[in-house]
Amino acid sequence: MSDDYVVLERLKLAYGETVAVHDLDLAITRGELLALLGPSGCGKTTTMRAIAGLLAPAAGRIFIDGADVTYTPPSKRNVGLVFQSYALFPHLSVFENVAFGLRIKREPKPSIDARSRAALATVGLEGFARRNPAELSGGQQQRLALARSLVMEPKLLLLDEPLSNLDARLRLEMRTELQRLQLETGVTMVFVTHDQSEALALADRIVVMKDGIAVQTGTPEEIYNRPRDVFVADFVGFDNILYFRNGMLTSDFGSTDTGEELPGSDALAWRPAEVILGSGPMQGRVIGASFAGQYREYVLDTGLGKIKAQAPADAPPHTIGGLVAFELPLAKAHRLPGTGK
Amino acid sequence: MKRNLWVARIVIFLTLAFLIGPFLIIIAAALSAGSSLAFPPQGFSLRWVIAVFEVKSFRASFGLSMFLAVFGTVASLILGVPAAYAVTRYRIPFGEAVRMAVAAPIIVPGIIVGLALLRYLVIPVGMTVTLALFLAHTALVLPYSVRVVSASLENLRPDIEEAAVLLGCSRFGAFARAVLPNIRGGILAAFILGFVTSFNQVPVSLFLSGPGVRTLPIDMLAYIEMTYDPSVAALSALLAFLSIAIVFAAERFLGLSRYV
Repeated sequence: MSDDYVVLERLKLAYGETVAVHDLDLAITRGELLALLGPSGCGKTTTMRAIAGLLAPAAGRIFIDGADVTYTPPSKRNVGLVFQSYALFPHLSVFENVAFGLRIKREPKPSIDARSRAALATVGLEGFARRNPAELSGGQQQRLALARSLVMEPKLLLLDEPLSNLDARLRLEMRTELQRLQLETGVTMVFVTHDQSEALALADRIVVMKDGIAVQTGTPEEIYNRPRDVFVADFVGFDNILYFRNGMLTSDFGSTDTGEELPGSDALAWRPAEVILGSGPMQGRVIGASFAGQYREYVLDTGLGKIKAQAPADAPPHTIGGLVAFELPLAKAHRLPGTGK
Repeated sequence: MKRNLWVARIVIFLTLAFLIGPFLIIIAAALSAGSSLAFPPQGFSLRWVIAVFEVKSFRASFGLSMFLAVFGTVASLILGVPAAYAVTRYRIPFGEAVRMAVAAPIIVPGIIVGLALLRYLVIPVGMTVTLALFLAHTALVLPYSVRVVSASLENLRPDIEEAAVLLGCSRFGAFARAVLPNIRGGILAAFILGFVTSFNQVPVSLFLSGPGVRTLPIDMLAYIEMTYDPSVAALSALLAFLSIAIVFAAERFLGLSRYV
């Protein structure tokens, strides 16, 4: 038996004529927490809906636990889905929302009661059983949606933007909650997000998607440190991306001579923290400055376009409108192979 | 400021008087002891209220009107709920055309519908008047069913059906368990609206009358042409109270269901 719990084979998904996902191949390991990361419209939610069975693929196959479920109706897949909007049943109490699936399965009454209560306790909602879902806060509604899926003991749990509607404190709570669940139940989880920090913090593995194509798949470390192309680099915080050709650094806005020789014509990327500020061969005008606790963030208007840089908070601040010298150290540049112009 | 307030009060009073006044006049006329339909009433008695129940044709036409109102509306809901579901949930081809067609009975004058049904269904095909009436009333009420149910469907998130399906429901089960309970209020509202519309329907029913087959409003019209006594007022008052009772019962039922 293979360790792959979900396998997508050349999956093509379309809404009518519009293709949302092109020939996606993906294997999701049993018990892993996988993130589908990408901007809106990249096909991540569509992919998740296809795994759940809410959308029939235009081509390709879907396997869950070794069985071909491409044409299995969603009700027979034992897949839990936590909707971004929660999709709670407004006419049912909190308790009945959780009990819904068990009642459909015609579980014996005592078992429905016990399991529903246990699921509510898991997400910390035991005192709310008789309330209406509308009387809960956003975070509580989300946990209710989670409990409603968990009570069915799914082997695969899909979550659509699980943290996006929560405030910072609840986010951390939910994050911890999901990781605890994964450890305790061994459930395979796939979640969709457009927020790279969420994906990096939570996932065992990340699939970065763009225009219906999986651009890069890897651990958070791999994605963060070794982005494969300009798109992924931009997505994980390489705010300064330039092209290097014939000793010149170029962007859409201009070019500058570095006096160095590098073979090839690659894209080079720097995080704001890697830009040296206060000295260097280039100059830029400060057009944005913001305090971020440990450091200050600056936006410079330069001959190469906008450059984002950081300086320690205890360094003397630069004022907006002033000129600042800076350097893009070639030694620290991340090379994005094969994407240079 | 103060003057404006008085003007507003007078306008409100006149509006209410205009709305409720005729109803009060009818009740007063119904309780008259005199023998002709008149206001102010002459004396007080319940004789005409009792007389209503002794008019044989009223009993038959009340039965027919009830039958049409109840079953016509139920039939329109059986057609209308799936139609409303289809137009709100799917981008069906000619969806806008379907909406228009469904709304047509509101727009086309009843007189024309009635005449058309008589001329092209009852006379050439030999369809019974009762069946024609049933079909006509179903069609007349259909726009209300579709509109009102559509409105409550539009207020309902479509993803709760998907949630239900993922929790093990069939497509139909998801509709029955997740959608239907949430649009129950809309369906009930559509039923009441349809019932009242059908019950009060005159122009269509005017053409579709036969020997012994008459709806109550038509029968009442015929009755005052022959006999100008207060029993029609008494009957109107009784019907008005019946309508009020239905609305109150529905409100109570709805109100209760919301909090149980």
